[in-house]
This record gives sequence, C-alpha cells and structure tokens, in this order.
Amino acid sequence: MSVGIIMLVHTALDRAEQVARHWMSAGCPVVLHVDAAVSSKQYQKLVQALKDQPNVRFCKRHVCEWGTWGLVAASQSASEMMLSQFEQVRHVYLSSGSCLPLRPVQELVDYLEARPRTDFIESATTHEVPWTVGGLSEERFVMRFPFSWKRNRYLFDKYVELQRLVGFKRKMPAGLVPHMGSQWWCLTRQTLSAILEDPEREVYDTYFKKVWIPDESYFQTLARLYSTNIESRSLTLSKFDFQGKPHIFYDDHLQLLRRSDCFVARKIWPRANKLYKVFLTDPAGAMAMAEPNPAKIDRIFSKAVERRTRGRPGLFMQSRFPNDGWENGVTCGRYSVFQGFSDLFEDFEPWLSKASGTQVHGHLFSPERVEYADRQTAINGALSDSAAQRDYNPIAFLASLIWNTRGERQCFQMGPMDEGAPMWFLAKDPNAQISVISGAWAVPLFKSNRNFAELRRDAAYYQQLESEQLHVLRSPYVKARVRIWTMAEFIEAPMEPLQTIIDEMGHQRLRRLSEAPKMADLTGFGQFLQNLKNQGMHPYLMGDFPATLDGINQVKTPRKPYLVQ
Amino acid sequence: MGFLNSYRLRIQRRRWLLRALYKRRELQPVANRTNQIKRDDLLLFSTQRNEKIRLPYFLSYYRDMGINHFLIVDNDSDDGSLEYLADQPDVSVWHTRKGYKQSRFGVDWLNWLQLRYGHGHWCLTVDPDEFLIYPFCDTRPLRALTDWLDASSIKSFSSMLLDMYPKGRLDTQPYRVGQNPMEIASWFDAGNYTMDKNPSFGNLWIQGGPRSRVFFRDAPELSPALNKIPLVKWDRRYAYVSSTHMLLPRGLNQTYDEWGGEKASGILLHAKFLDTFTAKAEEELKRKQHYAASVEYLAYAESLKHDPQLWCKWSEKYINWRQLEILGLMSKGNWA
Repeated sequence: MSVGIIMLVHTALDRAEQVARHWMSAGCPVVLHVDAAVSSKQYQKLVQALKDQPNVRFCKRHVCEWGTWGLVAASQSASEMMLSQFEQVRHVYLSSGSCLPLRPVQELVDYLEARPRTDFIESATTHEVPWTVGGLSEERFVMRFPFSWKRNRYLFDKYVELQRLVGFKRKMPAGLVPHMGSQWWCLTRQTLSAILEDPEREVYDTYFKKVWIPDESYFQTLARLYSTNIESRSLTLSKFDFQGKPHIFYDDHLQLLRRSDCFVARKIWPRANKLYKVFLTDPAGAMAMAEPNPAKIDRIFSKAVERRTRGRPGLFMQSRFPNDGWENGVTCGRYSVFQGFSDLFEDFEPWLSKASGTQVHGHLFSPERVEYADRQTAINGALSDSAAQRDYNPIAFLASLIWNTRGERQCFQMGPMDEGAPMWFLAKDPNAQISVISGAWAVPLFKSNRNFAELRRDAAYYQQLESEQLHVLRSPYVKARVRIWTMAEFIEAPMEPLQTIIDEMGHQRLRRLSEAPKMADLTGFGQFLQNLKNQGMHPYLMGDFPATLDGINQVKTPRKPYLVQ
Repeated sequence: MGFLNSYRLRIQRRRWLLRALYKRRELQPVANRTNQIKRDDLLLFSTQRNEKIRLPYFLSYYRDMGINHFLIVDNDSDDGSLEYLADQPDVSVWHTRKGYKQSRFGVDWLNWLQLRYGHGHWCLTVDPDEFLIYPFCDTRPLRALTDWLDASSIKSFSSMLLDMYPKGRLDTQPYRVGQNPMEIASWFDAGNYTMDKNPSFGNLWIQGGPRSRVFFRDAPELSPALNKIPLVKWDRRYAYVSSTHMLLPRGLNQTYDEWGGEKASGILLHAKFLDTFTAKAEEELKRKQHYAASVEYLAYAESLKHDPQLWCKWSEKYINWRQLEILGLMSKGNWA
C-alpha cells in the first residue's frame, strides 16, 4: 500500500463514507478532513460508521470556505497525519468527498508504483492560465483580500479597486515564483514532507494566508521548490464552467465517464446512485474495455460553456434575448432580398428557385398578406401569413423565418410598397444579400390599365418610398451585401449581375446560367416615363431611358446569346 | 433603473404581500398536512376548479419528477376534486368560494401559501394543465436541477408556456382519467413567437403560438402572454405579480441573457386544448372570472364555433425535451 488518500469532506457524508470504504478495501489508508462547519452530530455519525476500519484517521477540523486559507490548512493537517501515521505511504492523493474513483484502485496503485519519483500537480505560472475567475491572476498574489467573495462581493470588489488605485503591493517571500493549478494533486512523500517541514514554512504560511484562493497556488508554488520531477497535470478529472465552478456528473454521464480513462472524477452529484453503484461495487465493470475517450467529455463541457456565453446565433428565445449589438449574428443564416426583379422579369420567382435551388418567396412584407413560396397560408414553424401577425413585430417575424428554415437559403421580394419591412434591420445584417433594381416598380404601373392621373400619383409615391429605402441601403452603417442598379443600367446586360448574385449564394452548381428569366416587354416604356415627366412628375430612379418611342426594345437588336458553354 | 422606480416597485411588492395576508382568510383548510414538509422538500403550488379528470395524471407526473408536497387551493369545485385531493397523502388542500378574479386569478391565495410555507424551498407554481419539461428531465430528477441552480446561485427558472393541441377537431378524442394528455394534444407551434422586454419589471413578454395564430389572427397584441417563471427558490419577501408571468423583486425576472449567451430554461407543456376545453370555455364565459373580462375565451368561443382546428401542416409533433432544445424553444444553458 503505497498510496494514501486524503479526503476533504463537507457535505453528503454518507457518500464520503462509501468512497472511503472503497479506497480502504483496496488497501489504501484514508485520512478524512471534515469541514468544521459540519455539525458534530453528523461528524460523530461518520466517525462511528467507519469505526470498524483500521486504516482510517480523522484530522483536525478547519472551516473551509471557498477561496480561503481553510482548505490549505485542512490539506496540511491531513497530510501531516498521513505521513506520520502511515509509514509505507509513498504517494499522497488529495481528493474531495464528491470525488469518485473510476478505475480499479489497483490500477492507480500500479501506475504510481511505476513512477515513484513523480509529483502529479498541475502547476503553471500565472501568465499561462486563462481560467482565473474575476480576472485576478497575478493580483491574487500581491493584494489583500479580507472580504469574502461569496458573501461580501461588493466590498471585495471595492477593496480590490482601491488597492489598484493606490498601487498597493505585498512582497512575496524570496525564492518563490507564483504558480497556479488545480487544487487536486498527488505528491510524493519526499516533496510533501519537504513542503511541510520547511524551516521557512511559517513565513510562507503567513504570506499565503492572505492570497486569494490559496488552495490553487500554495502547493502548486511550493512544489516547484522541492520536486525533482513534476508532471504538470491533475490525475483528477475536473471540468469547470465559465464561472469557475465545477461541472457536476450525473447518472446519464455513465458511459462518458467509463470511457474517460481518468483515475478519479469530480464532482459527482451525491444522488447519482447509478454512478456510485457502478464504480464502487463493480470492480470489473468500473472501467470497461471501451476505448478511452477523454476528449468527448471535454467537448461536451466546452460546448456547454460556449452555449452559455455565445449562444446560438440568430436565436431569440425565453432565455436568450441579446441587447442591440450583442446578438453574435442577428439572423442564423444567409438570405437574399430582391427588389425590382419580379417587376422587371415575368417569371422571376420560379426562375430563381430553379436556378439557385433555394426557397423563393414573394413579397414577404406585402401590406395585404405574407406571400410565402407557393402562397402557402403558413410556413416552417407555423408562421402565419397574416399581415397583422407579421407587422406586430416584423423583426421577430424575419428572424423566426430564417431560424425556422435554417439549412435552406431563403430569398424574397421587396418593393417600395412594402412599407412594413424592417429596412434598418436588413441593412445592418451581414447575412443579408440585397439586390435592388431601382425604379423597376414603374413597370407594373406601365403595364396596368388605369387612369394616368392615378398612375402618376402612385409613381410619385413609390419613387419617394424607394428613395427612402435606398437612403438606408447607402448609409455607412450597412453591413449587408448591397447591390443597387438603376433599371436602365440593369437591362443593358442583365445576365452578368444575375450570374454574380447566384454565384455568391454559393450553391452546389458553379456552372453558368443557361436560361434567362423572361423580361417584360418594355416597348413604349420610354414614352411612358416621358409622359410622367410631361405631367410634372420626374421619374429619376430608373436611370436614363431614351424617350424615343421605340428606344428601349430588346427585340429590335438581338443581343448576344446568353448560352455560354 | 432609477431610485424612484425601484422604490415604487418595492411599495408595489409590499402591497401584494399585504393583500395576500388579507386574502388568507378566504382559505379554509380542508386537509393540512404541511407538518410533513421537511427542510429541503420541493413544493408544488396550484389552484384548481373542477379538474378532477386531470388530477390523477397531474399528481403522478409531478410525484415522479420528485415533488415532495402539493399545496392546492380549490376554488369551489363541485365535481368531487376537493374530496379526491383531501384523500391524497402528500397533498394539503384549502377551499374557497370567493372569486378567482378578486384574488387576481389565484395569485393572492398562492402568494399567501408561499409566504407561509414556501420560505427556503424550491417552489413550483403550475396549473393542473401545465407540465414542466426541463433539460435532462428524462434522466435527472427535479432535485438535480434545483441543486445545480443552487450551486450556480440562480434563484428563478424560466419555462415558457407551449400550447399543445390535437390534430383535427378538439373534441374528436375524449380524454380519459389518468391518461397522458400529450397522447392526444401532441402538436405544437415551433417557431412563431415574438418577445419584448417589459421595461418596468424586466421580464420578457412572449406571445405567439397557436392561440395567436388562430384566435388572434388579426389582433396579435391581444393574444395571451406565454412567458412564465414557475420555479423559484422562495423567500418570504417575494411575490408573484401577475399569474406566474413575473415576480418582484424584479431581479427574479432576469431569466434571460442579454449578452448573446443562453441561460438554462424549460418548457411548460400546456395541455389546455382537449375535449374538455369547449365546455370549460362556455362556463368561463358565463362566470367572467378570467383575465381582461375573459376576452381570451370570447375569442376562443367565436373561432371554435366555425372550425375548432388548431393543427396546420407546419405543426410539430412533440417527441422530447431534446427536440424542444434543438428547435430553440428551451436551452440547456451551461448545464451539461
């Protein structure tokens, strides 16, 4: 029996007893430290329960509040007792009451037997550890911390600020280089006794009593003075979340723990009956033949931390409602907005859906109703096509639509008449690809069979609305991919912009477009614009159209064929 | 938040607590077994009226989850549910004939019981048609969650109301005693919710779902609130303000993260829409004891006359909590 176990216990004493018995049944002596905060009745119950065991000792009790010296004092008392009472012990393993051995104890004994001079203690200089809570890494060694972090956070913080302001610094005892690491270590008798019997120990203890979280630095720093062979890692599997609090293992982690390849895990939920049963009573089943896979545990817990700190982009829900600018992506995927295309081309929606393989909607923000693809009355996530529902919160509507259809790119049409559209939201969303043919709204007016006075009024109104929209899309705050053509520009060579847009969608096909959408017949459109001008309304958003009767007419002069092999 | 506003809220909280103290005389104990409550017990608080058919499944669902004691206010039932509850070994039940509306929809009664019996306990406040789902609820008891919340210094746990409905007419499949209502009402809306911050109480105000989609199609602003904070480590200074939608002090309403992360949250499956609903809606219309002059029930009755169908092609069928978490309706947060 070359390994001695120290257990620091403060709750769930029955579980501690169970684990202590497990260690002892494999021949390892155990020294228990019970938190002085535990009632003496409970303490006596534990002492009585373990009365039949010759290899168990109870050391002097200290109050162990998180982040204070008590935990170090407890480890010291227990270590002294272990070293003096069990002569044969070569390695001392520090564990807590909520630790659980995962592999047969004999394997740990053999493992340490084979490495008689190695100290297993995670010990890194302060610059190298990213996991310090409260941002105190070096400062924890040079400041004073008289106020409890748990109970008196306000005073704790204020006092730290004050010391920063004054520039207060304590002096470190000569010869020490501050190191930090997991408080769960396994040290050799040589190293541990050298630390405990150091003539300077008084000095070190006095110093560390005022250090913040000394249990993560006392042994970690002093071991560097004496150890000949430090293996800087903890044999105890312990995962911490973003607040520096250990993750807890439950029954459903059984398979994960089985394959973790670690000797000891913490922290175990005291009511995880299955874990205790499997690992303590079934030596063969403790660590099954399965391939060790510690990385999987890492993945699960680092994912949990990421979910808590970064969340899922584009999701707004009951427990994630980011402030402006903190969304980490206001929508969860890329989407495309087309303005003017369905006016200029007669079959734009079916064409786009065929050419790009995406879901193509009509005017989502049309004042009458939400025009989903195929004009369905509801869509993914049971989003309704009611305009009132959409207009109640247009941003939530759009974010929900993109979230509900994640994995499939969405395209939709816009127009100046869609006044409810959240223009600023679209413009500031890097996921949006916005393409505008300005002035194309005039085509349906041109095609309609209405009185010219009405047309003139609508045209003036639409032109004003669209110019407001363009104003937003040209602002310096735009993060979307915005392209704006005047209608005159666009019909010069319509295939090139279309090709660029489709290519940018990044879908599977990288070949050239073989089929063009059918452009509306624009014969007479120039004259129509001229008529508007003659009536005193100046249409400028569509660019320069020749006013001659047959100026714009794509049938007259056949263009290059679009088919490119 | 300014000093004045926080002072105003403090006064308001005191007022609700005083009101609860006053309203306690309306409650007649029928079976008071609260001396069985032990120090760490998980408590469930509820009000009910004529829900006898639902109670057996309700009680067994929460017993299995790990609730140790039920504290229930019976509002003048005449279907034998009071007697049924009084016979249960882990239930304490009080009876009242007073108005549901005058006690602010039961909040005053429950605030009193929580003040008296809930201090220091994790308290779950749900209606008999609400079923809590939380992360890992298929493998971990409720105690695992509350222990974790304690260790993380979290005092309140958000669980949005998710309206469940059957496929087809509501009255096609009758509900049997003891049956899991989600066997019938197994469908829900996965992604049509809107939310907004309530500036004075700090809670999120969530609306949407099938009720908004069907009953309030043209007036979504009238559709009922779905945000709920049913699980709270109770302190005698706390008070629910309006149903379990929000609490005071307002810090308890901060169950969402504002910096991009996700806090852990659950779901209350709302099995309201069973065959029992139509009768209930008619009765409630007569009694006028529900919120905002029962505008909700008016809208229901109106819509149900024509086509009592909540299901649509895009409805989602309920499988388990992992499905709800993937859909983004709830989150594991950093619980793993």
